[in-house]
Amino acid sequence: RRDVHNATRVPFGVMIPVRVSHNQSIGPGVVPAGVDPAYDAQYANHKGPVAHVGANGFGRPFSVAPGPITHTQTPYVTGTTVLGMKYKDGVMIACDTLGSYGSTKRYKNLQRMRVVNAKTIIGFTGELSDFDYIMTLLDELNTNDYCEDDGKELSPKEIYSYLCRVMYNRRNKFDPLWNSLVVAGLMKDGTQFLGTVGMIGQHYTDSHLAAGFGNHMARPLFREKHTDDMSEPEARALMEDALRACVMRDKSMMNKFQIAKVEFGKAPTVSEPFAVATSWDYEKFKNPSEFAPGTW
Amino acid sequence: TPLRSTCAQGYVAYTRASLQMETFDEPPKTGTTIVACVYDGGVVLGADTRVSTGIYVSNRASDKMTVLADSTVMCRSGSAADTEAVAKIVRYHVEQIGMERDSPLDVKTVAQISNQINYQNKSANHGAGLGAYMIIGGWDSNKGSQVYSCTAGGNMISTRWTTDGSGSTYIWGFMDDGFRENMTREECEAFVTAAITLAMSTDSSSGGCVRLNTVNAEGIHRKFVKPGELSPAYGELAMTARHGHVGASGGMVL
Repeated sequence: RRDVHNATRVPFGVMIPVRVSHNQSIGPGVVPAGVDPAYDAQYANHKGPVAHVGANGFGRPFSVAPGPITHTQTPYVTGTTVLGMKYKDGVMIACDTLGSYGSTKRYKNLQRMRVVNAKTIIGFTGELSDFDYIMTLLDELNTNDYCEDDGKELSPKEIYSYLCRVMYNRRNKFDPLWNSLVVAGLMKDGTQFLGTVGMIGQHYTDSHLAAGFGNHMARPLFREKHTDDMSEPEARALMEDALRACVMRDKSMMNKFQIAKVEFGKAPTVSEPFAVATSWDYEKFKNPSEFAPGTW
Repeated sequence: TPLRSTCAQGYVAYTRASLQMETFDEPPKTGTTIVACVYDGGVVLGADTRVSTGIYVSNRASDKMTVLADSTVMCRSGSAADTEAVAKIVRYHVEQIGMERDSPLDVKTVAQISNQINYQNKSANHGAGLGAYMIIGGWDSNKGSQVYSCTAGGNMISTRWTTDGSGSTYIWGFMDDGFRENMTREECEAFVTAAITLAMSTDSSSGGCVRLNTVNAEGIHRKFVKPGELSPAYGELAMTARHGHVGASGGMVL
């Protein structure tokens, strides 16, 4: 009688290599390569996960070899950066209206910021379909709030925490929602909220944020010029400066932006699209290769 | 050694350029050009008719547009198998839901069914998703003429016009420039036909004839434009027609 569960004991009659349901070095349920050629041959070309049943014949099969299950997708229609900042009267986020299809600038009227509830707005970068799915989840939360009928609705921080859990759990399943989200809004205690969640569940809050390329171009400008008590025109001017910096250096961005904001005592709004002025009138732009022909 | 293939059949042929055996083990794709555009009172959807497996044109007169409902048509591009399967499942759901509601489905509803199939199968093909790039267009009394771009991965976006497939890359600029709101049906059909002709002249995966489906309040009207009826693109010669005729056996003899 062979007791194949106890890996420490040598199985009875072990001159012939035997499949073991537990291998101390690799772990449970793994058939080491070379031990059972028939087993190996079955899976020589197998691309999917292997459901392995213990050698005792009973027990729930679980997948181990030949590798982790990957449902990780490739994004198809994507949005680029979202910027956000707090200011005296509330909080604002901004982004362009482009949906890129690889390197094709395909959809030019995509609204990448949406109103979640009376106190919260959200913007996304990354795959559009996953964001639409996130919006259906948030819609469910709103419906629950409505049905509870207790005069309360979820605060931006609660929505942000919920999304952190969603994103992190999807990451754990190797099936991420391919987005970085910026959640902004006003809390009951009279403070602003601004937070970001990424596709692997990383998250943080700050007075000014960006998701995507804006982290490189806009954050330094914000660090230099942002203060929490900026007035709305000042905040908007800084936001437009940051958007200008981004659009001149991000190839998957277009010069057509919206700004969404939540201000104390007012409903959230998403602005009409607008463009920012850009500077091309530099003397040195006219003949850059004058003294070095062939240079770029 | 031949490439490993996921296709059940493999075609083998010798190319002119080299005497090496080249297997056409790629699954059949609709390397294609599909276009849809709204006009005042309806939608015009158009497609070329070429299906290729590798270098071989396996079908030169295919119909890449599938009717999903009385007022909705789908143009298919990407993997031929995936789009056929999706269209089939969408038609099943459309019939079922239509029976339950005892009324025809709106264009957006049909587009959403198709889109959800794409979205819920993101893990297919090792994470690449179904290779189904579709345009769904139609007319209903609720929202009038609509075009939905349902690309792979489950992205659905409503636009006034759109194009997809391998040939679409060559006509984005042309369509950007030529689209106008409130065209007449004739103008729109001419616009779509011109766009597909241009794409076919530059894309080797697109070719053959142009099929048009015009959807308006009266229903779906089909049109088949043969190469002889299209004016030649730059660098090409006018095509003359050699008739196909039906032989005594009842089959086409071309």
